[in-house]
Amino acid sequence: MTVETSPPRRARRLVSVSPSVLGLTPFALYVLLFLAIPTVLAVLSGLFDAQGHFTLANVAALFAPDILKTFASSFWVSAVTAVVGAVVGALVCYALLGMNPQGALRSMVDSAASVLAQFGGVMLAFAFIATIGIQGFVTVFLRGLGIDIFSNGVWLYQVPGLLLPYIYFQVPLMIITFMPALEGLKPQWAEANATLGGTRLTYWVRIAGPVLAPSFLGSLLLLFANAFSSYATAAALISQGAQIVPLQIRAALISETVLGRSNMAGALALGMIVIMVVLMWGYSALQSRTTRWQQ
Amino acid sequence: MFNRRTIVGIAAVAAITISLSACSSTPTPAASGAVDAKTATSVSAFGDMAGLVKAANKEGALNVIALPDNWANYGKIIAAFKKKYPKITVNSANPDGSSAEEIKAADDLAGQDTAPDVFDLGPAVALASTAKFAPYKVSTWADVPEANKEKTGLWVNDYTGLMSVGYDSKVIKTAPKKLSDLLGSAYKGKVAINGDPTQAGAAFAAVGLAAIQNGGSADDFQPGVDFFQKLSKAGNFLSLDPTPATIASGETPVVFDWSYNNLAQAATTPNWKTVVFPGSAYGSYYNQAINKDAPHPAAARLWEEFVYSPTVQNLYLAAGAFPVQIAAMDKAGTTDKSAQAVAGKMPSQFVSPTDAQTTSAGALLTAKWAAAIAQ
Repeated sequence: MTVETSPPRRARRLVSVSPSVLGLTPFALYVLLFLAIPTVLAVLSGLFDAQGHFTLANVAALFAPDILKTFASSFWVSAVTAVVGAVVGALVCYALLGMNPQGALRSMVDSAASVLAQFGGVMLAFAFIATIGIQGFVTVFLRGLGIDIFSNGVWLYQVPGLLLPYIYFQVPLMIITFMPALEGLKPQWAEANATLGGTRLTYWVRIAGPVLAPSFLGSLLLLFANAFSSYATAAALISQGAQIVPLQIRAALISETVLGRSNMAGALALGMIVIMVVLMWGYSALQSRTTRWQQ
Repeated sequence: MFNRRTIVGIAAVAAITISLSACSSTPTPAASGAVDAKTATSVSAFGDMAGLVKAANKEGALNVIALPDNWANYGKIIAAFKKKYPKITVNSANPDGSSAEEIKAADDLAGQDTAPDVFDLGPAVALASTAKFAPYKVSTWADVPEANKEKTGLWVNDYTGLMSVGYDSKVIKTAPKKLSDLLGSAYKGKVAINGDPTQAGAAFAAVGLAAIQNGGSADDFQPGVDFFQKLSKAGNFLSLDPTPATIASGETPVVFDWSYNNLAQAATTPNWKTVVFPGSAYGSYYNQAINKDAPHPAAARLWEEFVYSPTVQNLYLAAGAFPVQIAAMDKAGTTDKSAQAVAGKMPSQFVSPTDAQTTSAGALLTAKWAAAIAQ
């Protein structure tokens, strides 16, 4: 998270010091064994039935109305929390930029963001149940003031209830991923802009905006993927109806009442991968555009 | 992966065939010292009970899975086993797991000494997984009614609960007398069921109970789905998974669950009351089975002998579950009277779905449940 790791410099270093690529071998092997192979096996399982025969039935079942609905829920929860997280996180980064990089507040926010970005799962769910659950202390306190946050039903244990916990880890993640890019903005650019008679608006629209766009969109995509694949927080909060895709995968794998759907889990994973691939393709198309602006 | 599964399947069939043929031949006498516990189908393969205990002690461990301490007295049952057989270490894995996870653990850990030795399974999973079981007939085999066991002993019913409603009497002042009482405004945001019915047996049974109490049957779960849809529309349904912690904190003040779970909750939440509605009761037997690849085959068989002894059958009863040998125990006079007082009498109208009914209700729930409870 220091000034050195601004994206362009890192890219150049990778290209110029090629023997160091050898050092990547253990990591590459690790990714292959524990990420690539399991993913391929899991997704392939979606193309077979319980007896091991090839079938497209599981993939076709992805288009059933209830499954499409869970994909839609997953998509909007991830999109909303990614956009809110990215905008709020970027604003916090901007505020931090004005501070002394070695200052106490700055390093406190930095380390808090690094910790909170990883604060998820059951712990996070219970933190929310304890604060804004039906008997949570914030809920009880507000009820004392005559405000009932659950007057229209208990939304914390439904899909909308995921928004607050997700934003809780999305904002810190944005701070740690976007901060280096903001730090890469050179004060000389602002000075040059001022010297040539540009306003603050032209600086942000014509200089900082285009420079930051790829990292902002990249961070947005990371946040989206982060929320899209989140499982444990949702599993601890939502018990009924498997309303987002990761919960559908759980249902297909561990159900003790509806059996024989474990291969459906592979098809659901395939669906998630397709969505991510489409988004990443869109991102790279956008990025090739923004690279042109930057030249 | 698929190849491995196929091979495992073939191996399973082969193993069953071998163990079945072992059945028909005369069991190896214990005197020879070389008892193959894996193929033993009754205690006589070990000579006598002492022979079985000796073989189990030699293995020194027993792996059980998905047995929560507060579920049907399993905490006390495991403690009693440890006390009776102090040389055997009991390893209890994933106490809150589902039946399907028990079978998955047996597949994933096959060949390792951490694989589960014995299962306690819901009916759907038990019937679908018979290829993974080793047949075994406990000494009290004759006391288990014919309808409650697989004829070679692949699986045997152990206990059933009744679907009940537990509630916090501090929050709900007047006890619900019938199912439709739960639709009233006093229950707003308060009613939860133990899990998702498309995944968990207890939640499935809650929908089943709502069905038979609303003009449906084990063949027709639709009225049950309709009831929960009404409950959800009224804003009374809570989609949080109730646990002893959420009940103690007051987060889930009304819970559909097996009678033995609701009765057990009273120990930690003194105001927790349990109601079984009049009319047709809904129950479902759980099943004991031995993993055919059990790393501790003798200890697994000793556990089964223990489960079907009057001690454990009475412990089930004391938790509010009805043990499968209750009729024989009543006749023999071994039923614990104080335990009987907790569980009450077995109701006369008792519905328990068959395998086919479970499958068709499961298909209905898969298609309709999520939409029914969406607010």
